[in-house]
Amino acid sequence: MSELAITGFSASYGSFRAVADVGLTIAARAVTAFIGPSGCGKSTLLRSINRLHETVPGATVSGTVTLGGEDLYGRAVDPVEVRRRVGMVFQRPNPFPGLSIRDNVLAGVKLRRHRLAKAAADNLVEVSLRAANLWDEVKDRLGKSGTSLSGGQQQRLCIARAIAVEPAVLLMDEPCSALDPLSTLAIEDLMASLRQDYTVVIVTHNMQQAARISDATAFFSTDGPRQPGRLIEYGPTTTIFSRPAEQATADYIAGRFG
Amino acid sequence: MSTQAPAPDQMSLSTSALLPTPAAAPDQTSAPAFAFAQVAMSASSHVPAHAAASPGGRVFPALTGARPAWRRRFANRFAAIVAAAGCLAALIPLGFLLAAVVSRGAARFDLAFITQTMRGVIGAGGGALHAIVGTVFITAATICFSVPLGLAAAIYLVEYGRGKLARTVTFLVDVMTGIPSIVAGLFAYALLSLLLGPGVRSGLAGALALSLLMTPVVIRASEEMLRLVPDDLREAACALGVGKHRVITQVILPTALSGLVSAVMLGVARIVGETAPLLLVAGFTDSMNLNLADGRMATLPVYIYSQWQNKGLDAAAYDNRAWTAALLLIGFVLILNLLARLAGRLFAPGAKRHARAS
Ligand SMILES: Nc1ncnc2c1ncn2[C@@H]1O[C@H](COP(=O)(O)OP(=O)(O)OP(=O)(O)O)[C@@H](O)[C@H]1O
Ligand SMILES: [Mg+2]
Repeated sequence: MSELAITGFSASYGSFRAVADVGLTIAARAVTAFIGPSGCGKSTLLRSINRLHETVPGATVSGTVTLGGEDLYGRAVDPVEVRRRVGMVFQRPNPFPGLSIRDNVLAGVKLRRHRLAKAAADNLVEVSLRAANLWDEVKDRLGKSGTSLSGGQQQRLCIARAIAVEPAVLLMDEPCSALDPLSTLAIEDLMASLRQDYTVVIVTHNMQQAARISDATAFFSTDGPRQPGRLIEYGPTTTIFSRPAEQATADYIAGRFG
Repeated sequence: MSTQAPAPDQMSLSTSALLPTPAAAPDQTSAPAFAFAQVAMSASSHVPAHAAASPGGRVFPALTGARPAWRRRFANRFAAIVAAAGCLAALIPLGFLLAAVVSRGAARFDLAFITQTMRGVIGAGGGALHAIVGTVFITAATICFSVPLGLAAAIYLVEYGRGKLARTVTFLVDVMTGIPSIVAGLFAYALLSLLLGPGVRSGLAGALALSLLMTPVVIRASEEMLRLVPDDLREAACALGVGKHRVITQVILPTALSGLVSAVMLGVARIVGETAPLLLVAGFTDSMNLNLADGRMATLPVYIYSQWQNKGLDAAAYDNRAWTAALLLIGFVLILNLLARLAGRLFAPGAKRHARAS
């Protein structure tokens, strides 16, 4: 029901085509990893799924993305509504400075002008922070600034913030690349539990991470610099990592390029 | 290229290999694990080789005696002295100015000066209450015109402006920043003459002329401040499914608030001492006028000018009043600045945190 289907999809920055002709179906309630060398358009594709790509001046897309059968790029579709269904966690933890931990979690709800009773807000904060495996670490200091947390905690706070608005899909663009191994582990654990409720798409440069946490893997690559990124191979993670069909995939996974 | 560049990536790869792997079944990773070991090994064998090559391959000069250290030290000293001298040179005239204004303004710095007008005063006595009130009124009206307009333009330029229109607006704003104040005054005068007949003077017309001078300063300065708000925050809010106008009013403006307050202060500083346009369109009067929309309205700069220009028999009394008015004007700007700083600090996001830290 919250399956993502991408067909014939291309994305450009002005006249530069960053992603060309991608088609894949991302299963609901599973973790799908996007891997590939730097500049092959993983972030661009990810940002197209929640229509954040088009906020870049001059950016355009073609093709379709559907979520549970609904066209996200349909004529009557409000991109803001799409972003409510498709949450995103960025590479660098970006809690709102000056907002407390509690207010950061509630930011999405409050910014949309939804009124919340205190009890409901308290409950939402706890549920979201628990879902992000952060509750025990911050429950005594919910009033402290979100930026006073460590990098790994901030990233989990950002995940809690994304979860608090109850999206169907959670996009994560290299969520662990700014984190130490222990925080990375905490987030990987978290993703294993998130897959029960969300369709998770994660971009990662860490092959082992992709192998550990994802159910399916999509490998992207380009023919060279300033060439559009293409989907080279897509399948169950076990297959991609043990018996890839394409030589390029095998080479990339083995660390021979990229 | 990236096989050698992201060393940290590969490092974390090899360290995380030591950690337990919770979500991975053994059969799932057996094949790639071999590949990882290769990557990790190539990384670890690569780094020491590189590190060993550097000291061997390059010859470094001895740390002492090789270069004349006194020359660099002399150059440093010299640069520091020049910079300090420049700073002093800029401060000296300012110091003299302040000293002169304070010492000469002290003579009439009394209660009468700020409670009385010049109505019916010839020679000594009198005060500048009407001019103080006029300056406060006209400045407030100017702020009311310029701040919403300037902020709106800055928000347009930073958050919405694309392409030709934005470039045109930026260009026009730059041109407007350079408008001589007398031209602004003449514009307001001409406009009012056309609308209401010739020779009409009012505080509001003065505020209109001053807005012409203040708005571009507010636009430029707030534009800078809004650009300082990191894109991370915009994207974070946007990705939560918040509409653009809510992102601007709830995230960007609060984040930039203290900077925006300084931007407004820059604009106020630009206009508060303006004399020429006010002389032209707000005129001068000896008595109190509390109606911005009608009749001549005195202001401190015009008061200073007219006291000095139209000395009566007791010339010293006129001079003293001019000096005291100058002192008050400087004090007015100072107080506005302090208030703005206070406001900026109170409303800035993270204000509570800073307060606790300090
Ligand atoms: N804002 C932008 N304007 C113009 N070109 C861009 C922009 N962002 C990305 N690109 C280009 O689009 C291509 C794909 O970029 P993208 O960020 O999607 O790559 P990526 O696969 O996420 O790389 P990485 O692994 O380094 O994050 C690159 O060639 C990049 O130079
Ligand atoms: Mg990227």
